[in-house]
Amino acid sequence: MRILVTGISSNLGRLVARLATARGFDVVGLDRRPWPDAPREIEMHAVDLTKRAAEDVFRTRRPDAVVHLATVTHASRDADDRYRINLGGTRTVFELAERYSVKSCVFVGRHTFYGAAADAPLYHTEMDAPLAVATFPELADLVAADLFAAAALWRAPHLRTIVLRICYTIGPSKKGTLASFLDGKRVPMVLGFDPLFQAMHESDAAQAILTAAQAATDEGLKGVFNVAGPQPLPLSEVIRLAGRRALHLPEPMFPWAFGRFGLPRLAAQSLEHIKHPVVVDDSAFRAATGFAHTWDEAETMSSFRYA
Amino acid sequence: MSLFVDDDVHARVRRLEVPFNAAGYDRYGTSRKHLEVFFSFVAPLYRRYFRVEATGLEHIPARGRAMIIGNHSGGYAIDGLLTVASCFFELEPPRLAQGMAEKFLSAMPVSSTLTARLGHLTGLPEHAERLLNDDRLLMVFPEGARGTAKLYKERWSLVRFGSGFIRLALATKTPIVPMAFVGGGDVMPTVANLYKLGRLMGVPYIPVSAYGLPLPLPRPCAVHYGAPMTFHGTGREDDDTVEKMVVEVRDRVAALLADGRRRHEQRVRPLFFLGGGG
Repeated sequence: MRILVTGISSNLGRLVARLATARGFDVVGLDRRPWPDAPREIEMHAVDLTKRAAEDVFRTRRPDAVVHLATVTHASRDADDRYRINLGGTRTVFELAERYSVKSCVFVGRHTFYGAAADAPLYHTEMDAPLAVATFPELADLVAADLFAAAALWRAPHLRTIVLRICYTIGPSKKGTLASFLDGKRVPMVLGFDPLFQAMHESDAAQAILTAAQAATDEGLKGVFNVAGPQPLPLSEVIRLAGRRALHLPEPMFPWAFGRFGLPRLAAQSLEHIKHPVVVDDSAFRAATGFAHTWDEAETMSSFRYA
Repeated sequence: MSLFVDDDVHARVRRLEVPFNAAGYDRYGTSRKHLEVFFSFVAPLYRRYFRVEATGLEHIPARGRAMIIGNHSGGYAIDGLLTVASCFFELEPPRLAQGMAEKFLSAMPVSSTLTARLGHLTGLPEHAERLLNDDRLLMVFPEGARGTAKLYKERWSLVRFGSGFIRLALATKTPIVPMAFVGGGDVMPTVANLYKLGRLMGVPYIPVSAYGLPLPLPRPCAVHYGAPMTFHGTGREDDDTVEKMVVEVRDRVAALLADGRRRHEQRVRPLFFLGGGG
């Protein structure tokens, strides 16, 4: 199987690529950013997904499967860039996948799609609406990209589309949304709130993504699936297992304290996500693919802490 | 073990058939440590302060899904707390009854964390269904906040029961254990509810007790469980069919409550400063 990974230079992209190579797949990578020490068997194309050169890769390399990881979060880019990369890029990937008869396309989205609110259900199933657009408007572009990808299920019926909504991933790379949040010695918590956080080991996430790509290509699996690892833990416990100290601040202090005293710089709206849980029910994905995580909650956090 | 944890409570928490992970949390965020501290604090209240008498405990299944359906009374949910305590202290092995917390509790600091750590999820149908499908023991007060808002003189009455619990019981094939909580109105004799002030504070209302303080009195309480009721259906029945089942459960709760009232009135005298009331 030839698999094209967009956003291959990202942490998760590299893990998926290495794993795919280990499983004997032919891996083609596409990313603007370099991956200097990429394994020799991985074919890298340093092109922008939204530019013409990306089509050449699809046309000449003819992948069987595409894993679309080239999305960014509000933490790294401004709004214009986010819409161009997340929505524009996703649209391009699906158009090219259809045009060049790719068998399957896996969109890797985030569980924050569901948003956090006091009156939201604790375990979100794939049927739940994207509350994030209301609770955290900076996630709107990612929500739009997710919904656009999911629409390929009816728009391009021959393409086996899988949308994955993956919980926070963490591990020795120390990269990702949760890792950035836990970066400093002290981690802010909203006084009186201790929501459940769901994190999975980055290697398990890579396994899940590749499992989805294989199930789509070989068995014709399609659909939208939540992906998670071990059971969620209260944020205070996540902070403890990460070897950090929780700093409990009253809610009104947050806009002022963000980015000061070594605390992470967060968007004001992200406060809801550290007050209330975003937890997904991943039973449909496990049942459809047989996926099982290998790192439990303590091992996952230790791999981050002691890396 | 912590200084605040009673030995007996510690042993009972260990015997709860709740799947805690190595760190002592279940998949809903219920915490073994929090339960130990909470029940250690509740034990003297349950046994000595409120001298709770529990009957009909044999009607609660030892394991598997079940729904306790009871009446509310007494300003705030002291009845819920003592019902949970009765399942924990009296059942062998102990069971964790999980309530459905009012939505405002999840939105407020501290209460949001405490309700979650003690196993009481926000009152959403999705949560109730998930817990039942997980074979938990659910505690539901179908009168809702209207029930806790009963004044002292209304303490023996029942207000309208919502019908969601019946649809849920049908859909998840869950037996209903009717329950009457007796004495809630005595421990917190409410003479008025301040709705406007409550809204300002983000709660449904502020109960005002006959003596001005929001503290419960050391009066005896009782919790009476009745034989389980099983209904058959899908949960998608028309309103009339469901309403008949709701009335059937409500009648059983009313009968248990009337019975409990007789026993209660033999056991305790009415509050001298309020008279007998309704």
